[in-house]
Amino acid sequence: MRTVDPRNRYSRRFLLKGMAAGLPAAAIASSAELSVSDAWAEDGPLAPPTMKTLVKVARDIYPHDFLGDVYYVNAIKPWNGKAASDPAIKTMLEDGVRRLDGDAQKGHGVPYVDVGWEEQRVKLLEGVEKTDFFKKLRSDLVVSLYNQHELWKKFGYEGPSADKGGYINRGFNDIDWLPKT
Amino acid sequence: MAQFDLNDDGVVVIVGSGAGGGTLGNELAQRGIKVVMLEAGPRNEIQDFVNDEWESFTQLAWTDMRVASGSWRVAQDFPNLPAWIVKSVGGSTVHWAGASLRFDEHEFKIASAYGGVKGANLLDWPITKADLDPWYDKAETKMGVTRTNNIPGLPGNNNFKVMEAGARKLGYKEVSTGRMAINSEPRDGRGFCQQIGFCFQGCKSGAKWSTLYTEIPQGEATGNLDVRPNSHVARIEHDRTGKVTGVTYFDETGALQRQKARVVCVAGNSLESPRLLLNSASSLFPNGLANSSGQVGRNYMRHMTGSVYATFEKPVHMYRGTTMAGIIRDEARHDPARGFNGGYEMETISIGLPFMAAFLNPGAWGRSFTSALETYPRMAGMWLIGEDMPQESNRITLDPTAKDKHGLPVANVHYDDHPNDIAMRNHAYRQGAAIYEAVGATVTYPTTPYPSTHNMGTNRMSANPRDGVVNKFGRTHDIKNLFISDGSQFTSGAACNPTLTIVALAIRQADHIASAMQKRDI
Repeated sequence: MRTVDPRNRYSRRFLLKGMAAGLPAAAIASSAELSVSDAWAEDGPLAPPTMKTLVKVARDIYPHDFLGDVYYVNAIKPWNGKAASDPAIKTMLEDGVRRLDGDAQKGHGVPYVDVGWEEQRVKLLEGVEKTDFFKKLRSDLVVSLYNQHELWKKFGYEGPSADKGGYINRGFNDIDWLPKT
Repeated sequence: MAQFDLNDDGVVVIVGSGAGGGTLGNELAQRGIKVVMLEAGPRNEIQDFVNDEWESFTQLAWTDMRVASGSWRVAQDFPNLPAWIVKSVGGSTVHWAGASLRFDEHEFKIASAYGGVKGANLLDWPITKADLDPWYDKAETKMGVTRTNNIPGLPGNNNFKVMEAGARKLGYKEVSTGRMAINSEPRDGRGFCQQIGFCFQGCKSGAKWSTLYTEIPQGEATGNLDVRPNSHVARIEHDRTGKVTGVTYFDETGALQRQKARVVCVAGNSLESPRLLLNSASSLFPNGLANSSGQVGRNYMRHMTGSVYATFEKPVHMYRGTTMAGIIRDEARHDPARGFNGGYEMETISIGLPFMAAFLNPGAWGRSFTSALETYPRMAGMWLIGEDMPQESNRITLDPTAKDKHGLPVANVHYDDHPNDIAMRNHAYRQGAAIYEAVGATVTYPTTPYPSTHNMGTNRMSANPRDGVVNKFGRTHDIKNLFISDGSQFTSGAACNPTLTIVALAIRQADHIASAMQKRDI
């Protein structure tokens, strides 16, 4: 084994720049333990209720009941920064949330976050599935949620292995339940 | 390390440093020929590789603008990422899986073997398997392919064991950990596979053959190879007689340079090579260089492809160990009774959680998707790789609007599945699912093709200059000192991974170029 350089050589800005070519920009979340309320207590152009709705939407798009809100908050938070630097993004997010809340009021008499069942909220999301708002949120989320290293172990994914010598002595062939052939 | 002058018109310029360019460069350098190798990407070495899918993607992948069109699903899901290939010294040999198989005899003569196939543009290669076998021998020796040259096979990992057990239950016979250019024992100054499991992110142990740390440093050690990273070739230039005289390229500062050349060899892969020929159009060659046949950019092939993942009751941990050391070859034969021409192989594959989320079913969301992801440690996976039909309308063109950062028109990659491709994929999905169900899979997932990793055709070989772009040595029919040295030469794609054939052709081409230079033919 050659020596592994453990340094993280790429800043988040570099990552975002590199992925601009058609793949969702990765929002590499910090590992800071944030509570849900902290997430929108910070300064930013998006109002706390907007952030709160986006976090709920994120969970409804990729529902994992073993994940606490912190992972969805981490995944959504970078939108606040993007909205700060690009008014068009701010408008897209606010309009999207407004439309979801409007649809929820029409169907259920409450805003999106207060609609009781996931199944009912999913119906509302299906109504906006073709919008830029939904498409951009989802394509970003598939990276910004699942690329959080802290949640990998919850899915049983072990992450980097070269720094541990690979799996040659750590179970690459340890399966024991297959029928004999 | 050599440094040749920009005005040295005695050098061979090679565009690209991957399986074709990297191999050709070393082979020529070993024969005493001066080579300037221009690579568009940076020089990342083994210590720079990262075991992290997205970070590695950002480090290694070609993410410059491209445009996809056609009815293939990649155009819808990844409209600006039609291919997942590498922009870094070593090219796609940095992220390839290592599977190293020879074409079968019939795969060199598909027009004869398959007869007329409606909507397809079949052609026999101007060479046969017998012609290429001695060069395959050299390629296997150079690359250290397991199960050749008395090199033992790799040990099977968990993912292989699941596929193997299912395959045996179905009665498949040709099941093994394959022929892999990954050391199963120390060889050629490199160590053996540590079962790291990040083959696609650059091999941290160096056990996997890559031109980055084999051919290229060997060539540099001769003093005849000048490798210039971050050098993006803009145009190939020619004189009034139509002979090429050199190339212009953007260097790492963005400044335009002109390197003179005696011979130019293009090895930028099947997307960039035709793009460069088309972008080099001139008053003498208004349709692009070497394009009197009109075939430059056409007959783009990318293999049938698809994956089958399966979930089991108990853990598999498919991601542990060599990614693609596992193959079933029984379906690789040509047997039209199955409802399609050509064949396919099933090879183990695994991707990490971040890529599984992005590629299991692109665009999908909601509970059925997330419940699949939650079975990640209990999943096994295989990749389906079969021969796709060359079609004239599957082609690389210059996009009419999109430009890269240098202002050069980018490649538009158009692809429609042929009915033969669809019939084969459906057959492969069924067989793949049956293999896993035979050993207790509770759910199987027929997974759509990823952005293309195998890019072939677009400058194909032909006996007759009317039918293709290059002759049997990869020399363009139109310009005697212009060569194509990558997988774009392929006349057919066969049912196997292309790298071994690219390397064999490159060694053979080096021999041809050296002898033509000696005879003053070029």
